[in-house]
Amino acid sequence: MQLPIPTNVHSDESHKVEDIKKVVRRIKFESELDHNFGEHIAEKAYGQKLLGCIQCGTCSATCPLSHYMDYTPRKVIAMTREGFKEEVLNSLTIWLCASCYSCTVECPRQIHITEIMYALKREAIQHGYYPKRLTIPVLAREFYKRVLKDGRNTESWVLVSLYLHTNPFAMIKEAILGIKLFLRGRLTIGKERIKRRDQLHAILGNTKGGSQI
Amino acid sequence: MKYLYYPGCSLRSTGRAYDESLLAVSKKLEIQLEEINDWNCCGATSYVSIDEIDAFSLAARNLALAELQSSDEEVNLIAPCSACYLALLKTERFLEEVPDVSAKINSSLYKAGLHYNGRVNVRHPIDVLVNDYGLENISKRIETPLKGLKIACYYGCQSLRPYATFDDQYHPMTMEKIVEAIGAEPIDWSLKTRCCGGSLTGTIQEAGLRLNRFLLKEAQKSGAEIIITCCPLCQHNLECYQERISRFYDEEINIPVLYFTQLMGIALGLSEKEVSMHRLFKKPSLKRFSQKGAAAHAW
Ligand code: SF4
Ligand code: SF4
Repeated sequence: MQLPIPTNVHSDESHKVEDIKKVVRRIKFESELDHNFGEHIAEKAYGQKLLGCIQCGTCSATCPLSHYMDYTPRKVIAMTREGFKEEVLNSLTIWLCASCYSCTVECPRQIHITEIMYALKREAIQHGYYPKRLTIPVLAREFYKRVLKDGRNTESWVLVSLYLHTNPFAMIKEAILGIKLFLRGRLTIGKERIKRRDQLHAILGNTKGGSQI
Repeated sequence: MKYLYYPGCSLRSTGRAYDESLLAVSKKLEIQLEEINDWNCCGATSYVSIDEIDAFSLAARNLALAELQSSDEEVNLIAPCSACYLALLKTERFLEEVPDVSAKINSSLYKAGLHYNGRVNVRHPIDVLVNDYGLENISKRIETPLKGLKIACYYGCQSLRPYATFDDQYHPMTMEKIVEAIGAEPIDWSLKTRCCGGSLTGTIQEAGLRLNRFLLKEAQKSGAEIIITCCPLCQHNLECYQERISRFYDEEINIPVLYFTQLMGIALGLSEKEVSMHRLFKKPSLKRFSQKGAAAHAW
């Protein structure tokens, strides 16, 4: 269950003796960047202050998940601003963000980092970047579909489809927890539905995000 | 006192004990909660990760329905789940602050024959209990003071971040004040607003378990006998994964995790059944306080 320490994400790797022989470029040239990307994200709701980041690193220090991320929140902000679009949209960081808002309330420049992470998630989905079998976006997708259909989220069904799409074996382990919850009346098996699903269908899916998943 | 009530999906499944105990406590305190008819999911963190307009429109339908159901000038809507609370509150603010997007949201609502005028005030139950009902009035109603019971209050993330509407977002104290009002003893600890990882326990489990381990260990170390919380996801994480965390890290972790409303209910003289203690994995031993609770249930 312990996640392996990644071997290829840190540039420090290049210090290894055997690597020194074959020198590879690790960072893009400025001409290869998408220069509009930073402004594009800054235009999103609550994204305006992105360009004012002073790279202090407070966000990374306060983030409870930064040690699992491929780029810390500070780096994501810097890379977004500079136009490393592909790297940012391909990163695990944006999906690991648990929306805890710790960074947002600590940032000395009042940058809405959490909202920027959300904007990057949406951008990744709209441009087909997100890792198709990574559990986190799959959970978001299954949740999205369930609510689109019924108006409510029946947790048990969302979880079942999550495991079916990612790791069916994990379901067996989770089944015991499921049974315990069921015995305490904490797991709804029948699907919850709202009555006015017509209203829901009129409201949702009018924009492009949902159609990409 | 009358409020509209938005339970949300979690309070009808894994968080049922929160729903039931909040309703029981409200009834006991004569606070009327009226559920929004045909409410829908708030969208939580998933919708806004996929489509912004959908996310806010989804939440806005609930606000529009709330307005339909009340003629009050200011419609007070209670949302107990932290994720729902924030999703609804964010929508309320968003519609005021981001005009071009809110035009799109309004046109989505219009397609469904709905309209939102901005009359809703999204409230957290802690806020209502402390600021509307009042701590003194709670104290007056206490039948079984929980003297000497040491409690760690855990607020989690989204009840106070990014919007601190009813308490200080770095060092909140409202739940502690409730604990004092019911005669128990809040312990001082530093992780009360640290993240539990949300749905990570179901997706990237190691990361999720680790965050919960810190919280549980710190609460235990600080001398707490019970952790209370105000969020169904926090409660689920802290309670249901304890065994796994104990095994994984080979550490003794064993502490009941209750909703603050369950503890309040016991102090207000409700039975353990009435506050849904039977839905917990680990029941606290409160027999030394409550004759009624001890007699009524053979666990
Ligand atoms: S805390 Fe704010 S200013 Fe500092 S690095 Fe992070 S985003 Fe930039
Ligand atoms: S909101 Fe996301 S990026 Fe910010 S501290 Fe929390 S997990 Fe980290």
